[in-house]
Amino acid sequence: MYLEIITPERIHFEGEVDEATFPGSAGSFQVLNNHAPLISTLGKGELRFVKKKHKKSHENVMIVDGGVVEVLNNRIIVLAESIER
Amino acid sequence: MANLKEVRGRIKSVMSTQQITKAMKMVAAAKLRRAQDRMVQMRPYARRLNSLLQNVSAGVDPELVGNYGKERVVDSVLLVVITSDRGLCGPFNGNIFKAVSQNIQDNYASVQKRGKLTILPIGKKAYDFYRKRDYRVDSKFYELLNKLDFEIVKETAEYVMSSFDEGEFDRVEIVYNEFKNVAQQIIRVEQYLPIPLVVDEENPLKSGTDYILEPSKELLVREIIPKSLKIQLYKTLLESNAAEQGARMTAMDQATDNADELLKDLRLTYNRTRQAAITKEILEIVGGAEALQAS
Repeated sequence: MYLEIITPERIHFEGEVDEATFPGSAGSFQVLNNHAPLISTLGKGELRFVKKKHKKSHENVMIVDGGVVEVLNNRIIVLAESIER
Repeated sequence: MANLKEVRGRIKSVMSTQQITKAMKMVAAAKLRRAQDRMVQMRPYARRLNSLLQNVSAGVDPELVGNYGKERVVDSVLLVVITSDRGLCGPFNGNIFKAVSQNIQDNYASVQKRGKLTILPIGKKAYDFYRKRDYRVDSKFYELLNKLDFEIVKETAEYVMSSFDEGEFDRVEIVYNEFKNVAQQIIRVEQYLPIPLVVDEENPLKSGTDYILEPSKELLVREIIPKSLKIQLYKTLLESNAAEQGARMTAMDQATDNADELLKDLRLTYNRTRQAAITKEILEIVGGAEALQAS
């Protein structure tokens, strides 16, 4: 599935990933391939994802402070207001 | 006839002025490119956010949108006036001030008379202009252009939104220069709050996909609307910033051309004067020689 992480200032990440975990405002949740369409707000917390063809231990982590995530047809779009690595 | 030394001095000073305007033009061109880049960078976010908002707000009762969408009786008004920090950019700032006065005269004359019109200047030029005149000025964010990033814009937008929410202002408008192209800026007066409701009549919100919405539709809409307001302000500021650099570039280009023109005239005068002086000297010598021969 394709993941895009966007802030108003730039695109922080885009590419194929195997799994992604989001700090939803109602609790952390994970998205895998073929997830049902979803829109959720994000709270402050860690956003983790594993790039395709990478081992699970090569997890990327970003700190998100609020935002929205949309999952549709194996395409995840994260709109965050600010991101720290 | 002008004095030779004087003309030489003027040529020198015009030349150095030209050098400055040329450099300023180049700097503005570089800054313009950066400003345009930032506008381009921001677009994907704005586009996605808009489509998201449309997906979510399908079928949501406008009442639930919250305060930001509600029209109120206009008792007090906030005008956000966006100018530049520095001058030498042609009519960029002057046009804004004109548009603001026109807007006040046409729509808010009575509000102004009651002293319920506040101006939130952004950019030093606007701050200086309105502070000296008889306006209520909120000078909280006038230095924002010093370091224009989303963080500070977010703060500003939150400030404006919360004062609208608390009923301090019943209407917020933004006056700014829109970037059309390098040489052209369009003055815009836009209503910021309450959100002007755009009802798309042709496709009355078709939401094809059945999303899982978390936490709930209403909360999502309430979360997304402030975000889109922040983005709107950010976009406006980036536009104005690019427009400013464009205006400055054009103004400085013209100044450089004018200096060229001036130099041409001055050189002509200089050479003419020099020629006249030489002719005069020769005449004097010939005259003197003839006088000697005659005697």
